[in-house]
Amino acid sequence: MKPILLWSDTLVFLLVITLVLFFYRLRHDPQTRERWSQVFSTRLGMVTFTVILTYVGIALLDSLHFRKALDTPAAATGDTGAAAQEVFYNNKVSSVLDVLLGGMGERFERTYSAPFALLSFEKKNMKDEQGRAVRDFPPLEHAGQHLADPADKWPDVLARSGTALLWGILLSALWLAPQWLLLRHSPHPWHASWAVQAVVLCLGVWAVSISRYYHILGTDLGGADVLYQSLKGVRTGVLLGTLSTLIMLPIAVTLGVMAGYFKGWVDDLVQYLYTTLSSIPGILLIAASVLLFQVYIDLNPDFFSIGMEKADARFIALCFILGVTSWSTLCRLIRAETLKISQLEYVQAAHAFGVSHTRILGRHILPNVVHIIMITFVLDFSALVLAEAVLSYIGVGIDPSMGSWGNMINGARSELSRQPPVWWTLTGAFFFMFALVLAANLFSDLVRDAFDPRSGRRRSET
Amino acid sequence: MFAYIIRRVLYAVPILIGVNLLTFLLFFVVNSPDDMAVSQLGEKYVTPEAIAAWKTKNGYDKPLFLNASNTGLESLTDTIFFTKSVKLFAFDFGRSESGRDITSDVSTRMWPSLAVALPTFIIGIWVNICVALLVVMFHATRLDRWAVFLFVSLMSISYLFYIIGGQYLVAKTWKLVPISGFHADGQAWKFLILPVLVGVVAGIGSGARWYRTLFLEEANQDYVRTARAKGASEISILFRHILPNALIPILTGVVVLIPSLFMGGLLIESFFGIPGLGSYMLDAIKSQDFAIVRSMVFIGSILYIFGLILTDISYTWADPRVRLS
Repeated sequence: MKPILLWSDTLVFLLVITLVLFFYRLRHDPQTRERWSQVFSTRLGMVTFTVILTYVGIALLDSLHFRKALDTPAAATGDTGAAAQEVFYNNKVSSVLDVLLGGMGERFERTYSAPFALLSFEKKNMKDEQGRAVRDFPPLEHAGQHLADPADKWPDVLARSGTALLWGILLSALWLAPQWLLLRHSPHPWHASWAVQAVVLCLGVWAVSISRYYHILGTDLGGADVLYQSLKGVRTGVLLGTLSTLIMLPIAVTLGVMAGYFKGWVDDLVQYLYTTLSSIPGILLIAASVLLFQVYIDLNPDFFSIGMEKADARFIALCFILGVTSWSTLCRLIRAETLKISQLEYVQAAHAFGVSHTRILGRHILPNVVHIIMITFVLDFSALVLAEAVLSYIGVGIDPSMGSWGNMINGARSELSRQPPVWWTLTGAFFFMFALVLAANLFSDLVRDAFDPRSGRRRSET
Repeated sequence: MFAYIIRRVLYAVPILIGVNLLTFLLFFVVNSPDDMAVSQLGEKYVTPEAIAAWKTKNGYDKPLFLNASNTGLESLTDTIFFTKSVKLFAFDFGRSESGRDITSDVSTRMWPSLAVALPTFIIGIWVNICVALLVVMFHATRLDRWAVFLFVSLMSISYLFYIIGGQYLVAKTWKLVPISGFHADGQAWKFLILPVLVGVVAGIGSGARWYRTLFLEEANQDYVRTARAKGASEISILFRHILPNALIPILTGVVVLIPSLFMGGLLIESFFGIPGLGSYMLDAIKSQDFAIVRSMVFIGSILYIFGLILTDISYTWADPRVRLS
């Protein structure tokens, strides 16, 4: 086994470390504590945050990559010691998530099959027991192999679900007991979060155990398990949403604060920059940039040793492009806020005392625009997850070899017109995407209510 | 007023120059014409002669900024920068990589785009405002909270699912209208109903939620309290006090979009097979036709800047306090 650190893995773990440090530093700040505690004082806040954390957890597990060692043939190991030492690695990159899912992604069928189906979706020429050629639906290779009679399918599924549920409840009890001991006297509605955690754990155990015998969400055109594909899409969605914002933040904050603080020609220049950028239709700019990068990748194929790295490079490029093309809104907001703050008395006083510009910016201005950054971070997240699907449809999104909801939708969009319609791929992508985006949207509303001074005033008036 | 408009148009010039420079950098400096030739010709046919021939055919065989082989003005005009970028200012878009005249393509294709985008836009605003007003009437009740939750849920569904779902239900299952296509004559409405419907429904979530916030902001103002105190009915407060005052923030967000309606929608046009500018752009992106993408970037920027100017002008009409000077 050989660990692999893709560029996007590095970036996402850096991001996690930064966020943890950021909140660790803020832990004693009374204002921040009060605001976050307002967010988490509602059940909705707890539930949505737990859902988002679940997605982030899946994404992080899926970011721990490694290449499996291939079994060296016994004959080859016999001759020399040096050759035996050399281990060959599988070209396919696996992740910890793949291991946890128990090989869910390795059970391929020939083509489409419906959820819980035992037979393939398409007819095929076969030989029956008497050796006659018949045209019928062939049985699946990885579904219901243990069944003696196909009629037993649903009782079998029910029985297995029951067992899985028991295990799920047991696991949740073990998982939640320490939390309960620690947090039972907390004023926050932790029970809402625990309920979600229990449901997620039970669903997870159920999915892993059932998927060993059936394809829960069927299979797609290439015969891959749709549930597995949807789970793989989590990492792409979460990473795209966070990394793009991470790349956009430094540009937007630096330029915005500088424009608002120094005014004069700096302000003119920054305003000119973001007006120019925002006047270009966003999707065209993104598409053009991605296409140009694609040409670069195609012309330099020796840059990447394995296919996954190529897909990863395109993914990082997409994050960069989305980040670089979308800073204008945040920059405008920060500029306006900085303009307002730099007129206040305490900043004037700092000037009068001869405090340096960098110190004023760092101590007096930046902490007061943090709420805008935080609101934007959460708000943009859901928009970026949705944008990924559209970009993949246009053909400038994620590399098709990397699982993403956009690619799933793109591959299955015309399959509804089949008879009977192939609905399960779209359903899988829809629910996984919808749950994440809905949770992020609802959570961002709460964050905005807590952090935006304007909405605070509005609430106290009503 | 007239002097103001002239000045705003003059302000737009440096921005357009910036857009022009940026696209030029992106398309010719980051990516050289040789790279483009390779990707257009395909891996199989790449020979130095083939690349040179392709560049000559499409006019990319000139130097970028300064042509030393010519003298005088010619040394500046006989360059890629002048022929491909500066000429955009004269609305001379040249020919696409496949040899079609972009200017005539754009002028024929913008009408189908407008035929879809304009009804979607107008009906969409009307529906969103009606829904938002209805919700504001029930402000701070259980109904209001559930409505907001519904809006957020509608917002959380990808646009692609609205289109796929609409086509599947309305066109395929119920067979009410054709799935896709376009007809320029009297039959056009048959093909337009579904795209417009999908566009309007997809916009309700974010639109109605936005209008609701605007209306609520107005509903907390002092003049509303005064109106209520003097005994005005809730309906008349909503329509005679809140709605006209909320018009200014509405205009800010809405008027800027009007010129861009010509550009049409990328997704809706490609799914419904409407021969507008949206599907034109999508085809250009898919076939990597950079000449069209370049022209569309420029047209899009002009329309956006025009929208900004229109917004400023619309303020004078909606808000008597604003004087343009």
